[in-house]
Amino acid sequence: MPDSAEPAPLHGIGVSPGVAGGPVLRVAGVPALPAPAPVTDPAAEAGRAVAALREVVAELHRRAGRSGEKTLVDVLRAQAMMAEDPLLLEAVREKVLAGSDGPHAIDAAFATHRAAFEAAGGYLAERVADLDDLRDRAVAVCLGRPMPGVPSPGHRYVLTAWDLAPADTVDLDPEQVVALVTESGGPTSHTAILARALGLPAVVACPGARDLADGTTVLVDGATGLVRVDVDPVEVTAAETADREHRTAVAAISGPGRTSDGRPVALLANIGSARDLAAADGAEGVGLFRTELLFLDRSREPELAEQAEAYREVFAALAGRRVVIRTLDAGADKPLPFLHQADEPNPALGVRGLRLVRQRPELLRTQLAAIARAAEQTGAEVWVMAPMVATRAEAAEFADAVHAAGLPKAGVMVEVPAAALRAGQLLEVVDFLSIGTNDLSQYTFAADRQSGLLAELLDPWQPALLRLIAEVGTAGRAAGKPVGVCGEAAADPLLAPVLVGLGMTSLSMSGRALGPVRAALAARSSADCARLARLALDADDAQRARKAVA
Amino acid sequence: MATRTVTVGSASGLHARPAALFVAAAGAAPVPVTIRTGEKRAVPANSMLSVLSLGAKQGTEVVLEADGEGAEAALDGLAELLARDLDAEEPADA
Repeated sequence: MPDSAEPAPLHGIGVSPGVAGGPVLRVAGVPALPAPAPVTDPAAEAGRAVAALREVVAELHRRAGRSGEKTLVDVLRAQAMMAEDPLLLEAVREKVLAGSDGPHAIDAAFATHRAAFEAAGGYLAERVADLDDLRDRAVAVCLGRPMPGVPSPGHRYVLTAWDLAPADTVDLDPEQVVALVTESGGPTSHTAILARALGLPAVVACPGARDLADGTTVLVDGATGLVRVDVDPVEVTAAETADREHRTAVAAISGPGRTSDGRPVALLANIGSARDLAAADGAEGVGLFRTELLFLDRSREPELAEQAEAYREVFAALAGRRVVIRTLDAGADKPLPFLHQADEPNPALGVRGLRLVRQRPELLRTQLAAIARAAEQTGAEVWVMAPMVATRAEAAEFADAVHAAGLPKAGVMVEVPAAALRAGQLLEVVDFLSIGTNDLSQYTFAADRQSGLLAELLDPWQPALLRLIAEVGTAGRAAGKPVGVCGEAAADPLLAPVLVGLGMTSLSMSGRALGPVRAALAARSSADCARLARLALDADDAQRARKAVA
Repeated sequence: MATRTVTVGSASGLHARPAALFVAAAGAAPVPVTIRTGEKRAVPANSMLSVLSLGAKQGTEVVLEADGEGAEAALDGLAELLARDLDAEEPADA
């Protein structure tokens, strides 16, 4: 038990299970530019300002060296070239020699290019944020302060922040960061997804996280969302050890997913390419094979042969197992250059997913032909599903196209409330349904997935969301067809028994989450699952639903 | 004065990776090289910020200029680089 000296703990939403602790370090903020200072030795000051820019360049190269991802390395190298631009260095030097101090000279030199980028619009206007980041880093170094971003102190620590930006994830060294706690964010925020991918315990939407002083020792429980403050380091070590032992015990449970009374629940993995297959090792198959990766950053649609080869690689590795492949989920919200789509005022509500067929029917035809060709050459049990389906007519048309391509199993994603409400009718024309909880939350609550302020609405424990999942479960049971969840919600070991109680026959998640979910199901009977589902459905809100089940 | 007029071949234009490759190559040239689009002011080709600011897209005509020993050969190399579709040469994301 905590001793009486320990302050009140903080509470947030646990989004990545595990227990870890250590001293807190905050993501360093952007330094404010101080009042201009008189310069006594302009030559030395110019040298200091230029050295600050060179340090930023060196830091970018260090980050590039740490990252294995090629696109990221390219981006970082391009940024380094901006920071060591000879014209920029010359402008900084000139401004210092004309009487400015280093930080102001750096700020002014960047301002010229910033204005040019902004005026150019388009791609260049989007690069303004990169320029600001470089300027902030150089100004910080020049002021003798830490560079803004994720610290790299050389020891283990708990990272706290308002929220993490995609760029921060490059800096994040999993050897040093043992847990994440953010003031903002939600279960589908970037922080949560990153934490799960790295296997780091994480708590988001945690008020007070930003107020923790650097160096305070905290103990983070990424399952319950509890953050204990001023904890004895000996206790931290003991808690981490106990958690590790628990995880080892969990990992020891293997085999297909089932409840304690033997009801099977297929535990599947979400993947984006053959590269993710290693993490999917313990899965019974793949419940969501996203195909977008192949289409990203392409000026032309990948040809049938190239697509077939990429799919074949995945199918071949999964011979004898189920692979649910999802047709291209792109559109105004995830634009692809070769689609040449017009801007839409509400991209999330626009022409995306299967709706693209209305404009580009050949895209789907080619993709289905590629899938069929790839499936032919392998022993995998290939199921095909479409994203963003709202009506029975859309589902029927898709199923016809899948069957016409020679593929036996066609299904659709349930991401739109309309589809959940008519799950029974959809199952008259397709072989299975798969619920994408992230989008279904977004559309049910009219809350943008990217909005940190609305995170609470996007909580998968929201009874209204569970109600729609129950509709799908009931329809699945009536039709005797498989229905599953392939969103982030499936990875929550506490929610998994609830989803099974609501009628789900499969759960698909990132590979790391399989063990805890398998253990959670093994500890419950079908009757328990049904009872827990009832409790969650009847709760007044998401918090109470979680509490009722825990 | 050596001059080459080239049409930008990269699908994404003279941005991002193609720009970085070009600027790095220009920086390694034995003579200072400038680049311009149309009648606009020429900018140093070894300046990433200036090259990006040209906003050159696929199909944009750019003019390279240089003076001095090795200028002809340097411009030949840079012109050849610009004309290629450097995006297409990116290894496909498997």
